[in-house]
Amino acid sequence: MALLEVKDLEVYYGVIRALKGISFEVEKGEIVTLIGANGAGKTTTMQSVIGLIPARHGKVIFDGRDITKTPCHKIVHLGMSQVPEGRRVFQELTVYENLMMGAYSQKDNNSFKEDIDRIYERFPRLAERRNQIAGTLSGGEQQMLAMGRALMSHPKLLMLDEPSMGLSPILVDQVFEIIKDINRDGTTILLVEQNAGKSLAISDRAYVLETGDIVLSGTGAELAASDQVKKAYLGG
Amino acid sequence: MEFIETLLNGLSIGSTYAIIALGYTMVYGIAKMLNFAHGDVIMVGGYMIFLSLTSVGNPILGLLAAVLFCVLLGISIEKVAYKPLRGASPLAVLITAIGVSYLLQSTAQIIFGSAPKMVVVADFGNLTVGELTIPYYMLITLGCSVVIMLALSLFVKYTRTGRAMIAVSEDKGAAQLMGINVNAIITITFAIGSGLAAFAGFFMLMKSPSLSNTLGAMPGIKAFTAAVIGGIGSIPGAMVGGILMGVVEAISLTIPAIAPYTDAIEFLVLIVILLFRPSGILGKVRREKV
Repeated sequence: MALLEVKDLEVYYGVIRALKGISFEVEKGEIVTLIGANGAGKTTTMQSVIGLIPARHGKVIFDGRDITKTPCHKIVHLGMSQVPEGRRVFQELTVYENLMMGAYSQKDNNSFKEDIDRIYERFPRLAERRNQIAGTLSGGEQQMLAMGRALMSHPKLLMLDEPSMGLSPILVDQVFEIIKDINRDGTTILLVEQNAGKSLAISDRAYVLETGDIVLSGTGAELAASDQVKKAYLGG
Repeated sequence: MEFIETLLNGLSIGSTYAIIALGYTMVYGIAKMLNFAHGDVIMVGGYMIFLSLTSVGNPILGLLAAVLFCVLLGISIEKVAYKPLRGASPLAVLITAIGVSYLLQSTAQIIFGSAPKMVVVADFGNLTVGELTIPYYMLITLGCSVVIMLALSLFVKYTRTGRAMIAVSEDKGAAQLMGINVNAIITITFAIGSGLAAFAGFFMLMKSPSLSNTLGAMPGIKAFTAAVIGGIGSIPGAMVGGILMGVVEAISLTIPAIAPYTDAIEFLVLIVILLFRPSGILGKVRREKV
């Protein structure tokens, strides 16, 4: 059984149909990517799956449980976590306090110390800046913080929305390395990216989203080799 | 000597404003709405104190009853009037808040009549130090307010719920992604703000025993002004703004030439401060980095 199963998901903004009934799955242990141009509905999909935007029709099943109508904060407690588009770290809190917020859903916080040490180990930059106000971090550091924060809740499924956006090429490579690492340590990943080349290279499977519809799917390698994808997303 | 007395008076008026302003500013920060019924919760607290004093006669019990009742009232107002409007236009929420304000005032008038009640909380007497005469109620107001403000600051900074409040005030969506129940945080915020309003009602009745259904109207507006002066949404800002308003009021009242214009002068302070700092003394100027 898939860890995440999305069936005929339809989302509206007022009268505009932003998602036209999409279906996809993420198996346990996979890295799955949704690629697509601006406005294709990638972020809408991510926000709808985690309960920030209500679905008009369709179903979202996570870990065998129907979460279509479950509010976001409860879904997080079930083991889904998201690094939102634009990072959205808490600007006025310190790095340490941001990580603490990430652990908010952990009721008995016995492992807090270990968890935070694990994050500092993965992101040494955050350890150096633990007492710095998050708003004063660089874009790359904020991305690391957003990822660290999302990992503090021990997610079964980690969703990342455009983690490479606005980062320098070196940092982009670093971010994709970290995503691979996190996956190797046992976390299932659902990734949304405009950087199709790099994301397909690390993906087990991928879906292509175009104006609210899934138009293509396959393994990362298949899609990277497909003429349609090459033309539209890989610059020829 | 007289100046010290004036200053203490200002600090005690100001800390009452600050306690009220905290309710405005916290609700604004977290629910992004101006709760114009907040001042009237003070009035309801005043009537609860009145009822307790006439039935039991103990001012402390009266205060506790008022706090409890106002907390429940605040939670109910939010549930019934504001929660259904989440996501509605700010104007709809604003007019609803004004409606709730009139509802509370009118209900109080129906129940208690329009003639002011005399509510003598207790006769605390004066503290005399050398030439200095300080009414005890001022010291009680000041002492309680300092404790409340300190406790609230520590609560927000060091508890799980407090930090969740900061997170919600900064980014509701991101807060939900942390697993924070935003509705629950809003409820808690209304509860805290309304409980503080009851304290403010108690302080006001200690200072002046006349209680009517418009008790909270003017202090409500002044405390709102204080919250804006300090930077709406900022907790330390509400404290600074409240104290500033109180001190200005007390000083202005001692100068015969300008005493009749005291209210106007207080609002003038608002205008002047906003001219130089449009987001208030401690208001947030957002830094953003890509």
